[in-house]
Amino acid sequence: MKKLQILGTGCAKCQKLAAVADEAARALGLPYELTKVTDLKQIMSFKVMSTPALVVDGQVKLSGRVPTVEEAKQLLG
Amino acid sequence: MNTSSSSRLALRLLAAAAGLVAWWLLYRNLAALARWLTYSLAGLIHGTALGAAVEFFAYEAPKVLLLLVLVVFGVGVIRTFFTPDRTRRLLAGRRESAGNVLAALLGVVTPFCSCSAVPLFIGFVTAGVPLGVTFSFLISAPMVNEVALVLLFGLFGWKVAMLYLGTGLAVAIVAGWTLGRLRLEKHVEPWVYETGGSDGAGGSAGGLPWNERLRAGFTAVREIVGRVWPFVLIGIAVGAGIHGYVPENFMASIMGREAWWSVPLAVLIGVPMYSNAAGIIPVVQALLGKGAALGTVLAFMMSVIGLSLPEAIILRQVLKPRLIATFFGVVASGILLVGYLFNLVF
Repeated sequence: MKKLQILGTGCAKCQKLAAVADEAARALGLPYELTKVTDLKQIMSFKVMSTPALVVDGQVKLSGRVPTVEEAKQLLG
Repeated sequence: MNTSSSSRLALRLLAAAAGLVAWWLLYRNLAALARWLTYSLAGLIHGTALGAAVEFFAYEAPKVLLLLVLVVFGVGVIRTFFTPDRTRRLLAGRRESAGNVLAALLGVVTPFCSCSAVPLFIGFVTAGVPLGVTFSFLISAPMVNEVALVLLFGLFGWKVAMLYLGTGLAVAIVAGWTLGRLRLEKHVEPWVYETGGSDGAGGSAGGLPWNERLRAGFTAVREIVGRVWPFVLIGIAVGAGIHGYVPENFMASIMGREAWWSVPLAVLIGVPMYSNAAGIIPVVQALLGKGAALGTVLAFMMSVIGLSLPEAIILRQVLKPRLIATFFGVVASGILLVGYLFNLVF
């Protein structure tokens, strides 16, 4: 089970990143669980400096931009 | 580099080059095209208010959009070289004054979205970027941006655009420096320092291939131009209406240079307003064309896009009310000064 987290305070890009991550994970056919982290203190605990950010199994894979579905697949795989 | 990514790079380069040629041809022939559309195709009569308004719109709207596409693409590519993490490394441990100048300049080219102002603020201060230097960045990043500069250039010419760039940077530098002198560190919410900061995880963009940089340019065009074009059209349409119908010097008595109270009033109205540069500039242009003073108009614009209530609410999470009030007060004073200075000089 992959644990995907989307860090962001709810801006438009965060929604987009969530959608892209969701699509990538589904395309890979992985069992996964996607949650959005919107609390600032929690976001900061991942030590990112720009949102949105993608966290896979507790590791920050990407921050500050929205990847393509292709790129997201690689980050998840 | 494997074959698929190099062929994709070739394709993107080709698209960019073709786009550039089409852009140039269109841009050069805009004035003639606008005249033809207005007087031949639509059959309007030269010298009428309607004719003037329509020609104005048919020329300005595509011109501004074309400029916007080109510059947003360029800036989108440039921004792939300046991640927030890299900017922070450049600023950490920097002395004030020189740091303020650098921060204001980096604010122009570092990708910034007001929604990530808070993580960025925390990332900066916990990494040892002085508070005043951080503020210089936070002031210049939203206020001096490519959309504002393109619109100013397209509608008023390069002089006004450069003036805006120069004074915007000056406000960011001086206001940040002043805030640094005031020793306000104790008014930062304590939890900020307890987070242990950030190491810029996941933000590596240093070794991005060119293929990806070009893609970032195209994405920026799609996102930014895609978002602002309705504002630009509405704004220019309003401008066109005023251009054709409102009498010359209509605004002079209200926003002219003789009215000393016009600058503070413009700032007072501008601060709570929230709009992007695209929405505000065409209206501003119309005001200016009808006799409003340049300083008053610039002050209005800076306070609308540089300071806003949503920004204050976002920053409230990390700054105590007194610091927010000081921040807004210092920046607003800077803008006020710019307004008066311009009214005095021009």
